[in-house]
Amino acid sequence: MAITVPRPKLNWRERLYLPAIVAGLAITFKHFKNMLLGRTKVTMQYPEQKWDSSLPDHYRGAPALVRDEDGRVRCVACQLCEFICPPRAIKIIPGEIPSTDRFAKVEKYPEQFDIDMIRCIFCGMCEEVCPEQAIYLRKDYAITGFTRAEMVHHKEKLLEIGGVMHGVVLKWNEKK
Amino acid sequence: MDFAFVVTSLLKIVGILVVILTMVSYAVYAERRVSAFIQDRLGPNRVGPAGVFQPVADMFKLLLKEDFTPRAANTFYYWLAPCLAVMPAIITIAVVPFGSTLFGVPMVIADVNIGILFVFAIASLGVYGIVIGGWASNSKYPFLGGIRSSAQMLSYELSLGLAVIPVFLLVGNLRLTSVVRYQIEHGWFILPFVGDWTNPWKWLLAVPMIISFLVFMIAMFAETNRLPFDLPEAEQELAGGYNTEYSSMKFALYFLGEYAAMITGSAIIVTLFFGGWHFPGIPDGSHGWIFGLINIAVFFTKVSLMIFIFMWVRWTLPRFRYDQLMRLGWLFFFEIALVNIFVVAAILAYAGI
Repeated sequence: MAITVPRPKLNWRERLYLPAIVAGLAITFKHFKNMLLGRTKVTMQYPEQKWDSSLPDHYRGAPALVRDEDGRVRCVACQLCEFICPPRAIKIIPGEIPSTDRFAKVEKYPEQFDIDMIRCIFCGMCEEVCPEQAIYLRKDYAITGFTRAEMVHHKEKLLEIGGVMHGVVLKWNEKK
Repeated sequence: MDFAFVVTSLLKIVGILVVILTMVSYAVYAERRVSAFIQDRLGPNRVGPAGVFQPVADMFKLLLKEDFTPRAANTFYYWLAPCLAVMPAIITIAVVPFGSTLFGVPMVIADVNIGILFVFAIASLGVYGIVIGGWASNSKYPFLGGIRSSAQMLSYELSLGLAVIPVFLLVGNLRLTSVVRYQIEHGWFILPFVGDWTNPWKWLLAVPMIISFLVFMIAMFAETNRLPFDLPEAEQELAGGYNTEYSSMKFALYFLGEYAAMITGSAIIVTLFFGGWHFPGIPDGSHGWIFGLINIAVFFTKVSLMIFIFMWVRWTLPRFRYDQLMRLGWLFFFEIALVNIFVVAAILAYAGI
């Protein structure tokens, strides 16, 4: 059914059209002036200003491996994270710790630990599943590179991002 | 034609061309910044301090882009059209006095006695660039843009011409330098009572002069294809209108033409209604070369302010519909301009100003 749209009857002042134009020009000039005087809030100028300091503690950025107080890589190469990872971004090649080592009873360590950051979806499941609290999602979010190979984080890079984690379970100490 | 005349003319031509082209590229930058500020954004601010080298980056981008010619286009006219779009806008500036005198040389390239007729004759050629470009592209959107442009030009050229007749009724001849000289002696045409406060006829004269200015400026918006009359371009409806099929430097030429037309349009408005290079209290160039330079600076400041008004209006008003544009041109501005001529003539006849 056709609907007749009601058109309001304009008085002579509205039909003259000029007052409306002047009002519009005044509004745009107000915005121009406020911007010029720096009274308008604008978006954050990203590369110069960053919101890193206001990131919450639970922020899920790039995953990283951590060391404990003794400088040992906490990962024991159980490969649970590799198994749980939804986009299969993690690849671990385990190695055996020699019996002369101080941590010989741990038995395994990751010889190779790669996370393909092109695949990673920052879901945090690796952090959740890890029995050793060895992998954490840190606050790095600007992960860029020119090649696909560059985007694969190797073990060294992951440890560099992760650093040392204090005060969590230390079940592999000699005393325990 | 002596040697000195040729040399000074060439110097003036080169100087004004450099100034106009610089102004064009910075008008594009200014447009982006002004539009951004009006919309509470920042605009281009990355290239150089506050983005002042953005025009240079834009130029390189446009130069390095692929210059694509559609297979079905009429090649000769397709190449000709962008040149036709730039040429008139730059030629028109030749008759506009942009300063008083500098070292005794009058600061106008060609002081012809048919000034304003020359301006109208050349400026209306600008529409050919758009119409030919729209037709030669052999595509639907540019074709619609070209048709709209020609119709728009027909509607507004008349009011443009009629709106300035009051000015020349007062001045008595068509030379643009005498328009400026008349305004120095009798007050700017936008405020004809300045300097002659007690004369009520001058106050009465201000009314038709302001109407004349408004009609002329609005017709100038239409002439230069600026919003609210940018129907030939109409990004939202026509995907860019006449320049849809153009790329690289040919597109840049259209862009250049639009902004050059805007600068010349502003220069003509300033000359006709805002006293050209004159500012109260500043003597002309015969009192020393420094005043000659100041006069030129005053002129270009006025032109820049006028360009700002062009931009301000563009980012405030929405586009008119095709039929509204026609009705406004033929039924409104044409009549107003016509009546305005008679009013000014009557004032002149009775008051004897």
